[in-house]
This record gives sequence, structure tokens and C-alpha cells, in this order.
Amino acid sequence: MTSLPNSSSPQAKTKQINIIKLIILPLGIILLVIFCLAPLLWQFLTSLKVNQDISSLPNIYFPTRYTLDHYINLFTSRPLVHYIFNSAFVSIASTLLCLGIGTPAAYALARLTLRGEKIILAGIIIISLFPFILIFLGLLELIQILKLGNNYISLIISYTAINIPLTLLVMRSFFKQLPRELEDAAKIDGYSTWQMLIQILLPLTVPALVTTGILTFIFAWNEFILSLTFISQESMKTLPVAAAQLSGSLGKEIPYGAIAAMTVIGTFPLVVLVMFFQGKIVQGLTSGAVKG
Amino acid sequence: MKTDPIAAQEQRTGWLLVTPALLLLLLVYGYPILRSFWLSLFTKNLGTQLQPVFSGLNNYGRMIGDGRFWHSLWNTVIFTSVSVALELVLGIAIALILNQTFKGRGIVRTIAILPWALPTALIGLVWAWMFNDQFGVWNDILLRLGIIQDGINWLGYPTTAMIAVIAADVWKTTPFISILLLAGLQSIPQDLYEAYALDGATPWQSFKHITLPLLTPQILISLLFRFAQAFGVFDLIKVMTGGGPGGATEVVSLYIYTTVMDYLDFGYGAALVVVTFLILLTTVVIIALSSRN
Repeated sequence: MTSLPNSSSPQAKTKQINIIKLIILPLGIILLVIFCLAPLLWQFLTSLKVNQDISSLPNIYFPTRYTLDHYINLFTSRPLVHYIFNSAFVSIASTLLCLGIGTPAAYALARLTLRGEKIILAGIIIISLFPFILIFLGLLELIQILKLGNNYISLIISYTAINIPLTLLVMRSFFKQLPRELEDAAKIDGYSTWQMLIQILLPLTVPALVTTGILTFIFAWNEFILSLTFISQESMKTLPVAAAQLSGSLGKEIPYGAIAAMTVIGTFPLVVLVMFFQGKIVQGLTSGAVKG
Repeated sequence: MKTDPIAAQEQRTGWLLVTPALLLLLLVYGYPILRSFWLSLFTKNLGTQLQPVFSGLNNYGRMIGDGRFWHSLWNTVIFTSVSVALELVLGIAIALILNQTFKGRGIVRTIAILPWALPTALIGLVWAWMFNDQFGVWNDILLRLGIIQDGINWLGYPTTAMIAVIAADVWKTTPFISILLLAGLQSIPQDLYEAYALDGATPWQSFKHITLPLLTPQILISLLFRFAQAFGVFDLIKVMTGGGPGGATEVVSLYIYTTVMDYLDFGYGAALVVVTFLILLTTVVIIALSSRN
């Protein structure tokens, strides 16, 4: 650093730092929290308001009377339990499948020198950038040919595949950090490659698998366009699609309260995940540098 | 040259481990995209009773004269450039805040990544409700502040509808950029700042001369990811406006979806997929190559 900044005297500088520490930072934190939470809070409160309060002018922000009617109506008039089950089942199944298929492949990419490895990696990174609109048409045709519409398999296989790039990148960077001596020692002790993988490596891998699994679950739970395209039967729909189609399905009035309640139900599992695994999510995202 | 048996075995094991994942990617990514290239040379719509009839480059010729396509491409460019630019600036600001030490930082970080983790389609519903012309919270706030005299029908006019979907996208995806940039900030050694501050640098100077240059790799990576995702935006706009009013927020992916699912025009839809794919790939390669320097 040869050129010295010259603009300010020491006193002015300390003053500037104090302003940042005492005013700008707290203000920024408050604005950030409001920015992130206000829309969710507004939706949550809407879901608990009686219809009269929802459509009152000027708006009522914190109502004096609360109701669970919107939730109860959803459970009684819509196959809500199905939606929840469908989303959970498809997300969990694809997550497990993805970890099962992706982890060995990530290990091979991290540890063994494969011919063409660089091409594979470049391909995976490019694929992870593809929006799903590029594949939905070809997949739709396949699903029509194989008669897999309205079938969990169509979603589970697609969701497994769309999460494979992320799994490979995150798990590969995990295996790269693992000391190699461990595996060498196991080999000297007479373990076969498979024994070594399952008995020695797998237990060490559990934290990384949890990190990856949380991310793949989030992506599967949130997926919209493929679910919208492949599933038309009401009881087979996943939560995001069912919620998006709610406004047309409950008569002429747009059911703001019901939509709000549905949003709360659909986001609740993810809010819980973020609350408990914030650190893991951040760590996984940065090591995989994945899509947003 | 003799082949080393151990190396040969390593190759076999390696490929055995990699093959299932690669096959899956070929099935779900490789096949549909190659299929779109092939199908784009055929007419397959209600006119041909959904049978593919070879028509050469007809679909591409039709695209050149298709005003709706160009309009959707323009909308995509506007949406992508404005939202990514806003997200980048806001993302840097948020990352800087999260990088400070203060009480409750863990909780604030948790809150800050929340929007990213939630389903985009549901967030679309939340923001459509916030921009509701009658009971929406935006109109209420602006009315109370006296900024507007009458409620705005946000999703009913072209410009305001675009503002609404961009606002929702910024809310939803800025956290992603902040997370990536925060990791970059944490890797900058603190003593760099201390040394520079001893030289009399103001916070703004050290931001400009230390933070920004050292953060460039992370900025480029997030730019790359966000560009690709914003260019293919679907969920948010489908839920909030459906592309309306009058096609004002119809982006390319929505046009492709409508072409295939509503008009059942598979051949033309495939051609649209191919062109979108090529635009995306070219831009990504350009960003990636230019970031090497």
C-alpha cells in the first residue's frame, strides 16, 4: 500500500467510524429484519383474520379478533393432507435417492483421477445453471410416452436429477477436505475399497450428508414448474402448485384468507429447517455455490 | 506401454461410482435438450394432429416475425438486468451488515436467509397480496404517507406490474447473493483493514480499495448464477401476473410454457427452448471467460 489515503484527519476518521457503528449499523440491522420478516408477518396475520378484517379499509395490521377458520376450511374442503403428504414424500424420497447416487460419484470425482473428469465437472456446473423451462418440454413428452403423468416417479426422478449437480459439488468439496491418510491407513490395514468406504468414510460423512440433504430437500419442496406440468390430478398435487391454483378453485371471490393460510402451511417446514440449520445451509450454499 | 493394473482398477471403480449419476443427468437434462433441437425442425401442433411433420427451419423463420417472442425476450432482459443489478447492490450492503460483530448476529443471519429458502410460488402469492389493488399493504402504506391519493392497481398496468414482480424477486433472491458475498468477506484478512486504517483510510476508502477488489470473484459467481436463474424466471411471474397485463410481464419461459401447454404447439415450443438455451449458454460462457481475467 504505497499511496496513502490523505483525505481526512484522525479525528474526522474516528468520527466517521463512530457514525457507522452507532447509527448506520443498527439502522441497517433494523431495516434488514423488517425487510425480511414484514411480508411473512403480514401473510401470517392475514391467515388469522376474519374476512371482514381482511377486506377492511384502511388496513387492519394487528387485528383484535383472530380465527383459525381459514385453516379449518382448507383441511375440510381441500385435500390438504394429500398435498402435504405429496410434497413431503416426493422431497424426502428424491433427497435420499440423490444422496445415494450422488455421494459415491462425488467421492470418485474427489479422490480418483478419472479420464475426462474436467469435462464432467464443467458440464455439471453448466447444468446447475439451467432453468427448468429448458427441460420441461422434453420431459413432458417422455412422461407421456411412458404414461408416468400423475405418478410420483416422474417427480422423484426429476427432482433427484436436478439436485445431482449440487450434491456432486458440495460432497466433492467435502471429500477433498478429508485427509487422505485415513483411507491409505485403512487400505494398509487390509480393508477393501468398499469396506473402507462404508465402515470408515461413511460415518465421517454424515454431517456433510445432512448439509446436502437439507438443501436438496428445500429445492425439491419448492419446485414448481415440473410439478405443475406432470401432475393434474388434484389429490396428487404438491403444495406450491395447489396453493397457486387455489384462487380459481373456491368460487368467484378470491379467497385471500385461504391463500394466506396455505402459504403459511407450505412455508412452515422450511422456516423450521432454516431456524435449526442456518449454519449448515450457509455452509452448503457457499461450498456448492449453487443456484438461488 | 504396459497398463498399470492398479490404475486400471481405479478407473473401473471410478466410472462405476460416477455412471449412475451421469446417466440420470443424461436422461433428465441431456435427452430433453437434444430432443428440443430435433423437434424444433418439425411442425408438431394441433394442425398436424400432434404428429411431427418435418418442416426444416420453418419454426425459426416464424420466430423472426413473431412479435410476441421478441416482446417476451425484451421483458426477460428488462426483468433480468434490473433485478440482478438491484440484488447485487442490496446483497453487498446486507453482506457488509452480516459481517459485523453485534449482539444477536446469529438470529439476524437466520432471518436474512429465510426469504431464499421459501418456495418461490408461495412467495409470489404473498407479494401478489401485498400489491393487491384494494386491500394490499403497499397501497395502504403509500396512502397513509400521503404519497398517493388513490390506490394503484399495481398488477393491472404494464410498468407497475413489472415493478411488482421485480420487487418480489429482489426480496426472494437477495439473501442468496448476501450468503455468497458474506463468505467472500470473511476470507478477507482483517489486518489488511487495520493496516490501511492506520494509514488514515476512511471506511469508504477501504471498502473501495480492499473490499470490492477482493470480493470480485464472489460477485462474479453470484452474477453468473443469478443471471441464469433470472433469465429463466417462471414461478414468480406465473403466480403473480400470469404474464399480464396484456403480456407486459410475459418473459420467455412463460411464453414457452403457454406455447406448449395452452396452444399445444410442441414444434415451435421446442424452437423457443433451443433459442433460449443458446442465448443463456452464450452469455454464461462470456461471463465465465471474462471473469478469468
